[in-house]
Amino acid sequence: MNMIFNYIREIFRAISSLWAGMRITGKYFVSPGQIVTQKYPENRATLKMQERFKGEIIMPHDENNQHRCTGCGICEMNCPNGSIEILTNRVPNADGKTERIIDKHIYHLSMCTFCGLCVKTCPSDALAFGQEFEHAVFDRKKLTKVLNQPGSSLKKEAKQ
Amino acid sequence: MSEEIIKNIIVRENEDYIINMGPQHPSTHGVLRLEVCLQGETVKYIIPHIGYIHRGIEKMCEAITYQQIIHLTDRMDYLSAHMNNEAVCLCVENALQVEVPERVKYIRTILDELNRLASHQLWWSAFGMDLGALTTFFYGLRDREMILDIFEESFGSRLLHSFNAPGGLMHDVHPNFQKGIKDFITYFRKKLPEYDQLLTGNVIFQQRAKGIGIMSREKAIAYGVTGPSGRGSGFSCDLRKYAPYSAYDKVQFNEILYTEGDTLARYKVRMDEMWESMNIIEQLVDNIPEGDYTAKMKPIIKLPAGEYFQRVETARGELAVYIVSDGNKTPYRMKFRSPNFSNLFVMNELAAGGKIADLIAISGSLDLVIPDIDR
Repeated sequence: MNMIFNYIREIFRAISSLWAGMRITGKYFVSPGQIVTQKYPENRATLKMQERFKGEIIMPHDENNQHRCTGCGICEMNCPNGSIEILTNRVPNADGKTERIIDKHIYHLSMCTFCGLCVKTCPSDALAFGQEFEHAVFDRKKLTKVLNQPGSSLKKEAKQ
Repeated sequence: MSEEIIKNIIVRENEDYIINMGPQHPSTHGVLRLEVCLQGETVKYIIPHIGYIHRGIEKMCEAITYQQIIHLTDRMDYLSAHMNNEAVCLCVENALQVEVPERVKYIRTILDELNRLASHQLWWSAFGMDLGALTTFFYGLRDREMILDIFEESFGSRLLHSFNAPGGLMHDVHPNFQKGIKDFITYFRKKLPEYDQLLTGNVIFQQRAKGIGIMSREKAIAYGVTGPSGRGSGFSCDLRKYAPYSAYDKVQFNEILYTEGDTLARYKVRMDEMWESMNIIEQLVDNIPEGDYTAKMKPIIKLPAGEYFQRVETARGELAVYIVSDGNKTPYRMKFRSPNFSNLFVMNELAAGGKIADLIAISGSLDLVIPDIDR
């Protein structure tokens, strides 16, 4: 008799536990409340990433097409994966001495792990993180980027 | 105990009926192959085959500087990335005898616990899904998203945030950091009881978890099973209590212990740890002292010749870092004792003799992260 009673009690307990779970899903079904998912491809125009978001590494240029990179090579040395290569030229300056300027600051996005060491260690704040995150391309050669724009030059007053 | 383990060494026989679970099975959370020998539906033995995503992280560490090692440790146990970073940082700081600012200690501890919360939320979601309850995945990830937003605001990345640096942090936290955490705690305190109503009390879940995969305390110690899996068997192994690092000596919290040792006990340990994590964060978040975000460090760190050791408690157990230095700027040898490696190899003991459906529940309750096993 006791066994049958326990058996029936177990059935009721099982049904009530299922009901407790179904009540929560039902509650969210009838009152969606705050929508937590983003409709991503549709909201591309208004989508704003966080200001510190590490999307890619960029070299900010001002309105005169000038950057701050002196070509010292500290970012290249600090990069754990070899995703930065710096090609420099030696040119004579006005005083007659030879000066080192960057020819190409090559950035391999495909090798980058976004550890942030290059941005942190740059002594002249020439590098920054960009907000771009849609990096899919058909050809991996397109992931090798030259960060300094063509015709750009070094911003002189940045040296202090 | 050791004789018992020797007796349990697996001998393959020709008549064994062997199927492979994995390398890409949804319940193994990574690339792990389990060679499962079956007799009907009963599991006779399991042989785990590892190494599918071995990247040689320990060997790579020998070629790069201590600052650069940090970003590799993210990629071991990616769900407790912050704790992994902290282990290496603490080891280097102890070797150099650098005193890090109080602010760094507080922020590190808060981030540890946030990361533990995020990890347990994902585990809860995936564990429910392993057992056939797809609903849990949506509820768990909904709340985890809020933690990831806090991370993204401060570090710029959501999962692999190399935010620690030897001596402190990479940069200071975002001004909204404290407010975001307080909002999250008030939100999650309301949402966590939902987890219990959805899954813990559920009769189907109870029957699949209760009394399945019983691990005795002796077995947990013999195999070195640490973390929530070990504490579910009554093995008191919380390093936050026994070897406090960062600001853990300044907070009051309980070590969660269950003595049943079955899948349900391991589940309950993690559910209770979420409450404890929120308690720890609440004690610290209002008292973050002002100050620098990093101690003064030389640009090139050279450890004095010798051997250094540091342990931290990650979301899955005890992670130990062992550095042998010969005085150069790169380590001579680097060894990680990862918690998941030990937790995986007890699985044969737990699942042998049970049904194949129980194997899924056991592997889910051990909460394995495969890149941490392979390294």
